[in-house]
Amino acid sequence: MDAQTLTYIFVAFTFSVYIGIAIWSRAGTTNEFYVAGGGVPPVLNGMATAADWMSAASFISMAGIIAFAGYDASVYLMGWTGGYVILAMLLAPYLRKFGQFTVPDFIGTRYYSSTARVVAVVCLILISFTYVAGQMRGVGIVFSQFLNIPIFWGVIVGMAIVFVYAVLGGMKGITYTQVAQFCVLMFAYLVPAIFISMLVTGIPIPQIGLGAQVLDGSGLSVLEKLDRTLIDLGFGAYTEGSKSTIDVFAITMALMIGTAGLPHVIVRFFTVPKVSDARKSAGYALLFIALIYTTAPAVGAFARINFIDNVHNAEYADIPAWFQSWENIGLIGWEDKNGDGKIQYAPGAPFQGKPTFSDQRRADGSREITNAATDNTNEVYVDRDIMVLANPEIAALPAWVIALVAAGGLAAALSTAAGLLLVISTAISHDLLKKTFAKGISDKQELFYARVAAATAIGIAGYLGIDPPGFVAQVVAFAFGLAAASLFPAILLGIFDRRMNKEGAITGMLAGLIFSFSYIAFFKFVAPEMNTAEYWLFGISPEGIGSIGAVVNFTLAFVVSRLTPDVPAEVVAMVNNIRIPKGVNKPSMH
Amino acid sequence: MMNEENNDAYWKANIRLMLILLSIWFLVSFVFGILLVDTLNQIQFFGFKLGFWWAQQGSIYVFIVLIFTYTVMMQSIDRKFGVSDDDEDDTSKNEEVQ
Repeated sequence: MDAQTLTYIFVAFTFSVYIGIAIWSRAGTTNEFYVAGGGVPPVLNGMATAADWMSAASFISMAGIIAFAGYDASVYLMGWTGGYVILAMLLAPYLRKFGQFTVPDFIGTRYYSSTARVVAVVCLILISFTYVAGQMRGVGIVFSQFLNIPIFWGVIVGMAIVFVYAVLGGMKGITYTQVAQFCVLMFAYLVPAIFISMLVTGIPIPQIGLGAQVLDGSGLSVLEKLDRTLIDLGFGAYTEGSKSTIDVFAITMALMIGTAGLPHVIVRFFTVPKVSDARKSAGYALLFIALIYTTAPAVGAFARINFIDNVHNAEYADIPAWFQSWENIGLIGWEDKNGDGKIQYAPGAPFQGKPTFSDQRRADGSREITNAATDNTNEVYVDRDIMVLANPEIAALPAWVIALVAAGGLAAALSTAAGLLLVISTAISHDLLKKTFAKGISDKQELFYARVAAATAIGIAGYLGIDPPGFVAQVVAFAFGLAAASLFPAILLGIFDRRMNKEGAITGMLAGLIFSFSYIAFFKFVAPEMNTAEYWLFGISPEGIGSIGAVVNFTLAFVVSRLTPDVPAEVVAMVNNIRIPKGVNKPSMH
Repeated sequence: MMNEENNDAYWKANIRLMLILLSIWFLVSFVFGILLVDTLNQIQFFGFKLGFWWAQQGSIYVFIVLIFTYTVMMQSIDRKFGVSDDDEDDTSKNEEVQ
């Protein structure tokens, strides 16, 4: 069977499993819809959190980013895992003890203020929509690449699936579907990685293969070979960075505390039965995430080696089929600048901007590019996002592995999209309606509004996926920067500083939010030509500014809270209560 | 009812453990993986430059160990101060706690 038929079978099979689970676990009450009834065992919650966390970006893009950025990509590896340590020790257990439904719920109650709650809802919606658009796009890309379905229909199918299990099942449906999705995506990530590690080094464990000798008789280790090859081609060494130390530090910190402040991650810890389970569950989540995050650097390094071996100085006429199939969809482009009929790979952009193609083919069958060529020697454009998807083809793995990767990419995108849509819908039905603007509604009505909000959010996410505004790829920095600068400090202070009052928390959140938002917006949209280290504050890029935003938030919150009235006694009692694991209440009992 | 002194002592023990573990968290990622990366890269470690290994592999392994250490040690601190949630395993008991 060819790869496409197998892909259809794998995708159809996994989708029916997801739908089946959704029907089996549909939610009947708001408690089940919001927090799966608070009865999810820690190991399963760990898997669900890992699936929730591993987005289309983690699955599809991360290894590609590592392949092309080398050491500089360490910020993502440490940032997106180290956040769980903070989550496990500083937030998750206390929020579970607090025992309500949402992140704005905690902020609104702890700071005895609807203003604080609404500010938190605004932060949450900004963060989550930024994120979800990318997921729907990921679904569209996988469909169009592997199944030859236009992106539009790919997104529609993705929306329909998420609609069924998120709207019907709520958190309960999502949790158990995510467990299944985790298994699919982990298998889909590890199998090709093991194959490739075997091919390159003869060692089946990619984490060890990354440090092992290459099987080409050179006696060099993988990383030595990469360093040498890249330096020969004029690149910097793979194992050394090009970013400044302060920027790497700031980005890593922003990603770590941003991770800990992401509402769709935090809310997963509301679903376990008790406080000690929230701690355990964070440990399992990181264990499952680490399976993939420690494999990704190996996948990235192997992919870069294979790419260079296959492409550099190869005659176009002899190029493997994968090169042409990705060229056909415009993610690879080649311009034979020196007219030798061979592909040369070197640093720098081969031509100005992303490739645009004419309808013409050149005599050798390659696609004609209309962009103006640059004057460096690089002739090949390659989109970084294709590395994971193309890897099995590049390494000539069996067709079923390729099909598996497609199913894994879909699982990653759908599970994250569902988690995000759920926090958006609960923030609207629970925090904006039930707790702020329509206090009288019954549990049934609230559940109805939650479903309407989920359905609407899916529609908007789908639209963003089909017709993404040009800046979607640019704004991922927003999600982490805003979470780091707004929600994380407010939650942390709410638990650890009994004197923190609503004046301090609201000032801090708004200041952190506005500061980071303006900084990112300035460099990404207003003056993108100034987005270089010489203009950055302390040399910190927009990706890392969330850590400064958090410092601004903490400082202002502290100063303002000491100059304004004390916290009411019942709030102090509540803080004292969430610090003690004993006597956890079910989320429905408040 | 737990008395206030006991709860304060429990909280102090919790903060202490947390600070120790978070120092290790900071050390393996920010110090080994970022600040000292060039120095550590002079040392070879199973085919890796050591600083690079901390940044892309080692720190992640230590993070996992840190969370499970925290989980286990907190469980015993919880019990020592009589604030553990051990007996809250099933829902019927939860109802009584209310």
